[in-house]
Amino acid sequence: MKPPGRPLFLARRNYSARRATDAARLLPLVGLFLFLMPLLWQADGGARSLTGQLIYIFGLWALLILGAFLLTKRLSRAADGQDAAAGRPVSTGGSDDQL
Amino acid sequence: MISFDVLVAVCLAYVVLLFIVAFIAERRAGKGQIGWLRSPLIYTLSLSVYCTAWTFYGAVGYAARSGLEFVTIYLGPTLMLVGWWWALRKLVRIGKTQRITSIADLISSRYGKSNLLGVLVTLMAVIGTTPYIALQLQSVTLSFSVFSTANSRGWDLPDQNATALWVAAGLALFTVLFGTRNLDANERHHGVVTAIALEAVVKLVALLTVGIFVVWGVAGGIGEMAERIAASPIAETAFRPGRWVGLMAISAMAIIALPRMFQVLVVENADEHHLATASWAFPLYLFLMSLFVVPIAVIGLSTQPAGSNPDFFVLSVPLSHGREGIAMLSFLGGFSSATSMVIVAAIALSTMVSNHIVMPLWLSWQSKGAASVSGDVRNLVLRSRRFSIAGVLALGYFYFRITGGSEALAKIGLISFTGVAQVMPALLGGIFWRGATRRGAAVGLVLGFVVWAYTLFLPSFGPDAIMSAALLSEGPFGIGWLRPEALFGVGGMDPLVHAMFWSLSLNAFAFFALSLTGFPSPLERLQGAQFVNVFEHSAAARGWTQGAAEAEDLLVMSQRILGPDEAQQLFHQAAEKQGKKSFLPDTTPDFLAHLERELSGSVGGATAHAMIGQIVGRSSVSVEDLMAVADETAQMLEYSNQLEAKSEELSRTARQLREANDKLTELSIQKDTFLSQVSHELRTPMTSIRAFSEILMEGGSEMSPEELTRYSGIIHEEAIRLTRLLDDLLDLSVMENGQVTINAQDGNLRSLLDRAVAATGSLDGRGRIRILRDKMHEDVALYTDTDRLSQVFINLITNAQKYCDASVPELRIRARRSGGMVAIDFIDNGSGIPEKSQAVIFEKFARLSDRNSAGSAGLGLAICREIMARLGGDISYLPGQGGAAFRVTLPVAEAAKAAE
Repeated sequence: MKPPGRPLFLARRNYSARRATDAARLLPLVGLFLFLMPLLWQADGGARSLTGQLIYIFGLWALLILGAFLLTKRLSRAADGQDAAAGRPVSTGGSDDQL
Repeated sequence: MISFDVLVAVCLAYVVLLFIVAFIAERRAGKGQIGWLRSPLIYTLSLSVYCTAWTFYGAVGYAARSGLEFVTIYLGPTLMLVGWWWALRKLVRIGKTQRITSIADLISSRYGKSNLLGVLVTLMAVIGTTPYIALQLQSVTLSFSVFSTANSRGWDLPDQNATALWVAAGLALFTVLFGTRNLDANERHHGVVTAIALEAVVKLVALLTVGIFVVWGVAGGIGEMAERIAASPIAETAFRPGRWVGLMAISAMAIIALPRMFQVLVVENADEHHLATASWAFPLYLFLMSLFVVPIAVIGLSTQPAGSNPDFFVLSVPLSHGREGIAMLSFLGGFSSATSMVIVAAIALSTMVSNHIVMPLWLSWQSKGAASVSGDVRNLVLRSRRFSIAGVLALGYFYFRITGGSEALAKIGLISFTGVAQVMPALLGGIFWRGATRRGAAVGLVLGFVVWAYTLFLPSFGPDAIMSAALLSEGPFGIGWLRPEALFGVGGMDPLVHAMFWSLSLNAFAFFALSLTGFPSPLERLQGAQFVNVFEHSAAARGWTQGAAEAEDLLVMSQRILGPDEAQQLFHQAAEKQGKKSFLPDTTPDFLAHLERELSGSVGGATAHAMIGQIVGRSSVSVEDLMAVADETAQMLEYSNQLEAKSEELSRTARQLREANDKLTELSIQKDTFLSQVSHELRTPMTSIRAFSEILMEGGSEMSPEELTRYSGIIHEEAIRLTRLLDDLLDLSVMENGQVTINAQDGNLRSLLDRAVAATGSLDGRGRIRILRDKMHEDVALYTDTDRLSQVFINLITNAQKYCDASVPELRIRARRSGGMVAIDFIDNGSGIPEKSQAVIFEKFARLSDRNSAGSAGLGLAICREIMARLGGDISYLPGQGGAAFRVTLPVAEAAKAAE
């Protein structure tokens, strides 16, 4: 018997919302991986120039921020869409005093 | 030239500005004009308390000493914020639903509202944060000294201690004024947060200004800057992989675990959506804060005299170039960093101290006296919070006095990070793993903290300060593998990474091992489920059982904590929700949970729980209650399954009804056609009877006896035909009404079939149709009404004779036993019955066509069905046999019956 309320397949909008959250989960891992690259350079033995490292780190940092920005936009759009589709107002995380 | 007086005046003016901003923000919030006070921008800027004076001044110094490594302190938080979907989102939601007031409250609430854990985390936070506050005081006083040494005329630096004291006192005043305006720590400190947001802007602008000045003003452009960076000694600094990874990890943890960060990130969060904005905006802030760190460090190293403190390049570089305005701005930036950190840390710590140390003490002292709570708790909590703020700042000041100026203090930033990071196993385990227990958390915390103190904190004061040089080099009592900086023989590591590694891994091991072996209390399990599954059910599960009427006592207590108006309103609303008119609601479990949640926003989860427990006076939740909650969920599931089954049944019934309706419609049409048919059937004999009887009447005397006989014979035959028709109708109606009697007797199927075949005149292939039988299988004993059964058989054979349209008609009769039944199939080789008609052939008056139907009223099969039903068997049409096929099933004679 399938658990109630858990559809096996989703409509396009919900599907892409799910993928957006997947991406949001994945992004920091990608960032971590790339920020750990200097370790591999070190193992390589060849020292990179400080300027090169600076450009790498800050360039990557900027890209990560941009990625997070775009993902946030997509996530909030998806969340609004879902809320609208479910016919309830967009929750603004106000008080949760309901019992 | 900037004199000391000018510096102080600027500082004072800045502080006054902060007071005014905070005051206006509070006023606006008080009037309900919250607007931009709650915007994501303010939230993001308030997170900047992460960047203290240690990072404002220290990052440049760090870069000058260790190159790029400083950036890890910002990369860790960046990853944590970018990955907000993992942990931060959950933390913020938990903070909201559980009305968490501090990190100690979070840990204590998660593990069954344990006060022990609350006290532990509070003590750890105080021990970890006090040196940090001292560091801020030091940086402010040192920044004064930078101005004095850079001054050619030179002014004597006033007593550093006095400066620090004034700064500490001023901060305490500000924090008390704006940090303890309301009791509910869960309500936002609008004044403080807005002031901090302003300070964040000042910090950023100051550092960016210095950076731009250094790159374009001193170096002369980006190209030249790049050349100078490449040529600077910083480029030669060794890369330390262990610290690179370790610092990134520890700073990522610090962004959650530092009490001040938890305060702005979770407690002061007004809206979960703000976190989404902060997930990219705060990393951007950090990015901008660290963008110019390396250029400033490089220029500082090349332009400042050897031996000058690289920590203050941000001040000394502009000063040495005669840019006093920039230096002043930078000084304010550093001042802002220090003050905002101290203010938020003091608020966070004071909340913890008052909720987890003062209140429990007071409660236990109370319970010895009166049974219920007395006195104005509200004032007590506020007062204890104010004293805590003053106490925390005083501690910081004394710490500064004792260790002031020493190297130890400069390193304290990362040491403090490592100390507070000890809550991480308990925290992450608590929100992701339901199996985490109080015992595991407590032991893990203590162990991690002890290891941290032993391997990092105490040795950081230097040899012979607290730990003797001998202990540091030889280990306690000469046990080498217990040496503080080479635990278990693991030497050669950076001391910080070493301590981080051992403290966190031993902490986590203890946490997991004890959690796995222990059994948590019901309240712990309840809280664990609520924390871990916070997104599944945001409504509170039951934590209390129904109580007798103590509502009045509860109201009295709540009034003393929440204030009379709020408490009465709360109770009144609850009563209205229960449909009561009075001010006192029933103390239902729901109401108790709601009240506890409200109170915990003011005094923390553990205290609120204890206070309600004191009045309600019994253990709040038992394993049975937990099971009941689980049962309710199971019942919901069951109910929804039942609904699903019901709806399936309904659709099945609807389908049946539709079929029945179709059948009825068809029948009614058939009945109409039959009525005309039957009237025709009745009329035909009647017409001939009437005609011949008229002939007999008119010419009776002139007729020959032969004619007479022939005509009356015809009349007789027609009358018989009429009678048979009427007999059939009568027969059927009798049987349908159940008035028929069954004369059961022993019989044999074969002989019955023989009789039927003979009766239809088909014996030995003499009839129109050839009958193929399987006599061997027909030898079945029956106990039934043999006459009636023969009637059925005869009917079926006659039908085949009449309707089989094959050129050489054949009828196969097969008998087969299965179980207690025997099935007799009558299969001809004609064209069979069309599918749409199969459903109606057993109905009365059903006739498929007029073909070959003379003399048939369409009652035969209907009668057969009634007979078979009476005999306990059945007759049905058997599709797919290559012709019309009927199956008659009836019970075989049982041995007992046969013997009778």
